[in-house]
Amino acid sequence: MILDLDRFVREGEPRWQELEAVLTRMEKHPYAAVEVTELERLHALYQRTSADLLRVRGLHSEARLRQYLESLVSRGYTAIHGVTDRKKAAWFGWFLKDFPRAVRRQAGALALAMALFWGGSAVGAGLLVVMYEERETLFPFAGLAAKPSERVKQETVERSQMVAERTGRFSAHLIQNNTRVAIFTFALGMTYGVGPTVLLFSNGVYLGAVAMDYVKDGQTLFLLGWLLPHGVIELPAIILAGQAAFLLTGALLPRGRRAPVGERLRAVFPDALAIMGGVAVLLAWAGIVEAFFSQYHEPVVPYAVKIAFGIGELAGLLAFLQLAGRDGE
Amino acid sequence: MASDGLEIRTPEGVPFSIPLAGAGARMMALIIDLLAIMAIATTGLTVFRVFEQLAPDVIGGVVTLVYFAVSTGYGIVMEIVWNGQTLGKRLLGLRVIDRGARPARPAQMVIRNLLRPVDSLPALYLTGAASCWLTKHRQRLGDLAAGTVVVRTGVSVRGDWSQLGREKYNSLREHPALAARLRQRTEPELAGLALDAVLRREELTPEARVAVFGILAEKLKGLVEFPAEAVEALSDEQYVRRAVEVLYSTAR
Repeated sequence: MILDLDRFVREGEPRWQELEAVLTRMEKHPYAAVEVTELERLHALYQRTSADLLRVRGLHSEARLRQYLESLVSRGYTAIHGVTDRKKAAWFGWFLKDFPRAVRRQAGALALAMALFWGGSAVGAGLLVVMYEERETLFPFAGLAAKPSERVKQETVERSQMVAERTGRFSAHLIQNNTRVAIFTFALGMTYGVGPTVLLFSNGVYLGAVAMDYVKDGQTLFLLGWLLPHGVIELPAIILAGQAAFLLTGALLPRGRRAPVGERLRAVFPDALAIMGGVAVLLAWAGIVEAFFSQYHEPVVPYAVKIAFGIGELAGLLAFLQLAGRDGE
Repeated sequence: MASDGLEIRTPEGVPFSIPLAGAGARMMALIIDLLAIMAIATTGLTVFRVFEQLAPDVIGGVVTLVYFAVSTGYGIVMEIVWNGQTLGKRLLGLRVIDRGARPARPAQMVIRNLLRPVDSLPALYLTGAASCWLTKHRQRLGDLAAGTVVVRTGVSVRGDWSQLGREKYNSLREHPALAARLRQRTEPELAGLALDAVLRREELTPEARVAVFGILAEKLKGLVEFPAEAVEALSDEQYVRRAVEVLYSTAR
């Protein structure tokens, strides 16, 4: 036994306790400002304790002391080498700049998400034409089995009154449901792209089938008036969630890169988070429009007004994603 | 597959290990968090119900959105504000940190929480549990993506070294040559066991205490034979305490 443990503990204990007190204070208030003198003292204590750890590390017998010093050093290391981000987020700046920039920067993932969704829609529309006699097998829920013209009659007569009494609740339900779907789509990016591919394509199939069903039954005007006001925001938002999901997938696949997977994932975080933040804002807007505007039909709101509103929104969204944040890019 | 600790070497060249959180503790923390979310939501619901008669539709919408915001944002907000801890993690002494043992950044907290749905597939967090079991640092998919790990942390448990027994008189020290031989012959493992027994003797039942110190005394006595006057009238426990003092303290 080279080390005089008794003396070692007696001499070291005061500084270990002081280090522990400083660390506990910093851990309780991670965003609080720290004086330079306190930081210098922390650093000195940390270095002395690191040296103490090195002295007992080789001695297998002092497991308890070693664990105690390891715990102190690890906490000190975290406090000294970590960077606490105290920068305040500039919310409007982020939405107006980072979000559209990220969407443009990741054009490949966006193209893939769009191809899957609109490809699915085309397949759904085609299937409906081919299988018109068994059209109900293409729909995700039984409520769509009735003829569109019958549903339109029902919607225009009864729905406006019914919806008017619970627009707030309905809007909230739509916002939370769509946001949940968007988060789920994004998370499925970790399934190497299988999840978002299935989700985007199948949703495209349902949309295409339902839309073609209305068209074939002569209800195109109603369909446009019903879907466009919220759909031109909601559907792109889901596609953008797919884009963010494919960013994760792209990072998971090595594709000849040497960087470890963790590094590749961290490289796409800023863009993925900016896109998902934008998606949340878009879905909130779409939920409000769907509940307070889309559900009102003629004669309450003329279809022309609803269609014009939807086209205006779409033009605005496309212009925003295309042009916003160009300066300093 | 999984290891017990996150091995780190500081820039000063000091290696250390941070214990990783076990699956049981993480599951318990998750259950506590779910209860906390339910408690917050129920409280909010009760408060809003008071005003429901004034505007039932608006209040109904607000309740839906508040519940969604709490259930989705709870983990993100708590981990950012409490430096990698939620209520459950704090109660169980767990913390989310960066894979490099630095504090996790807000973006990492957001990512690991947004990816929770995929870890919960197909049900009861089975994917997350499988991932924890298969990965070296017990990371669920959200942690893998965010580059974070969940560690046991917080309080440094200090040993009570006053228990070493700095006795005024140690009869074994009256024989420096034999004491030196004892230090030379004692294996580190045996010395560690004896030290641990002395430090933790108050935790033992009387029967276990007698048995443990009996075994240790026999082992130590077998290494070096001290003269009878140095050890007579000493209980096994007293003998071990004096031997530990000889082993761990070179000062007289």
